[in-house]
Amino acid sequence: MVNLSTQIAGVHFKNPIVMASGTFGFGREYGKLYDLNLLGGISGKGLTLHPKAGNPGTRVYETASGMLNSVGLENPGVPAFLEKECPHWEQLDTARLVNLGGGTLEDYVIGAELIQQDADDRISRGQASAVDMIELNISCPNVKEGGIAFGVKTVAAQEVVRAVRQATKLPLAVKLSPNAEDIAVMAQMCQEEGADAVSLINTISGMKIDVRRRSSVFNNLYAGLSGPAIKPVALRMVHQVSQRVTIPVIGMGGITCATDIIEFIMAGAAVIQVGTYNFMNLRAGSTLVEELEQFMLQENIASLDEIRGII
Amino acid sequence: MATVISNERLADGVYHLRIEGNYGGEMGQFYMLRAWGAYPLLSRPLSIHQVNDNGIEFLYHVVGEGTEILAKLGSGDTLTLEGPFGTGFPQVEGRIALVGGGIGIAPLYHCASELPGCDIYLGFSREAFRTEAFRQLGAELTVDVGGLILDSVDFAQYDHVFVCGPHPMLKAAQLKAIAAETAGSTAQVYLSLENRMACGIGACLVCSVSCHDGQRKACTDGPVFLSQEVIFHG
Repeated sequence: MVNLSTQIAGVHFKNPIVMASGTFGFGREYGKLYDLNLLGGISGKGLTLHPKAGNPGTRVYETASGMLNSVGLENPGVPAFLEKECPHWEQLDTARLVNLGGGTLEDYVIGAELIQQDADDRISRGQASAVDMIELNISCPNVKEGGIAFGVKTVAAQEVVRAVRQATKLPLAVKLSPNAEDIAVMAQMCQEEGADAVSLINTISGMKIDVRRRSSVFNNLYAGLSGPAIKPVALRMVHQVSQRVTIPVIGMGGITCATDIIEFIMAGAAVIQVGTYNFMNLRAGSTLVEELEQFMLQENIASLDEIRGII
Repeated sequence: MATVISNERLADGVYHLRIEGNYGGEMGQFYMLRAWGAYPLLSRPLSIHQVNDNGIEFLYHVVGEGTEILAKLGSGDTLTLEGPFGTGFPQVEGRIALVGGGIGIAPLYHCASELPGCDIYLGFSREAFRTEAFRQLGAELTVDVGGLILDSVDFAQYDHVFVCGPHPMLKAAQLKAIAAETAGSTAQVYLSLENRMACGIGACLVCSVSCHDGQRKACTDGPVFLSQEVIFHG
């Protein structure tokens, strides 16, 4: 037997495998393919206060070992999520992270307050919790206002993290952008403002040009690069940030196998998230849980604590 | 893992892939196919050309690295299939026309097998393929090479029209449907969209379709939509 479990701010992760926001919907679709309770956690589709239609035009383009996306945070909005998805989420025996984006500071705060209110209402009714943690998204590169605008400048990010921290008692992770001025400084700021964890990295801003049409394939010109292509960058950033902060780091970027997970844990990650691999293998979650257990048995690793941050 | 029975080249860049095994699937649904490891990243959505006790068949056009790999498959090679996915064409009765353009004829063969007596209109820009197979189904067949197949179809003659083809053809079919309705036609026109997808199961929102009632998903709400539901951009 190997011990795969971890705690972050009192939230139990039965294993370190969390499905990344934007690649997993709210879990319903993958839940038809395998048991979601096998997973360490789920980070739901990025939510904004109000519903968003997302970006027009091409939304995905494959690159060498990667994928550019420009979905643009299409989502039903926080109130619709609380009404329609939480009854499903409350049934799940896995850590549930709400990924919260925003167009303005006020949107972030109101969104966080609504999620907190829902949690309070459930507790007062004696119901089960439907949300374990808020993952604050200040790093979506595909929306014109908010998102990345907050995620690049440390001072702008500080204001959002501070305001959301005051708006909710729920455990708070802040999802960081690799496009930030200095991601380690950004992470340190998050810790100082009361974040319980940081998650990194979001996609890297990239581009694809259609040379025959002489234009970018994306209406927004740039798009977010993910997949195995970004793993070395993500791993380096997780390592750098882990050296700088004492709060847990949730690592992600191009993970497709058990050894990728182990690399991130050795770089200092508490848990990891799996994103693009969900598209390469629709049963990525269950595959990785099995592979990780097998790998640890083969390598005589009894617990992830043995190897966490050893680099 | 599934095993290839044959992978025949039918025309320039057009292949007919036959796979052995027991598969399900309704008219207009699709499978996600993958015959490679990590690269290309994404599996390829291909609509069901035919499915029966002998296995499942796909018709595809080589447009990128994924379909190039598929084109190299031969008898005995293996690949993975996930599906069937999507909401396809409805089971309907009455006077039915199937209208396909280019590789858009792919899902219509399954429809023609399921809906005996329908009229079939197939259009090709340069070279016709699989027309003889359609003819053997005993249906009334109109083939056009180099023209606009939609010009051959009078929507008012039908209760249901199923259309699959390139984006401009679908837009033209929508305009034709509006004109026919204005003139008193009651034909229900269904369009099968071919959008880029990442997951194929409704999670990624890459294949989002603008509809009059909001954003919908080509992979789960479609790929088949009623003509009047869709808002075409560009």
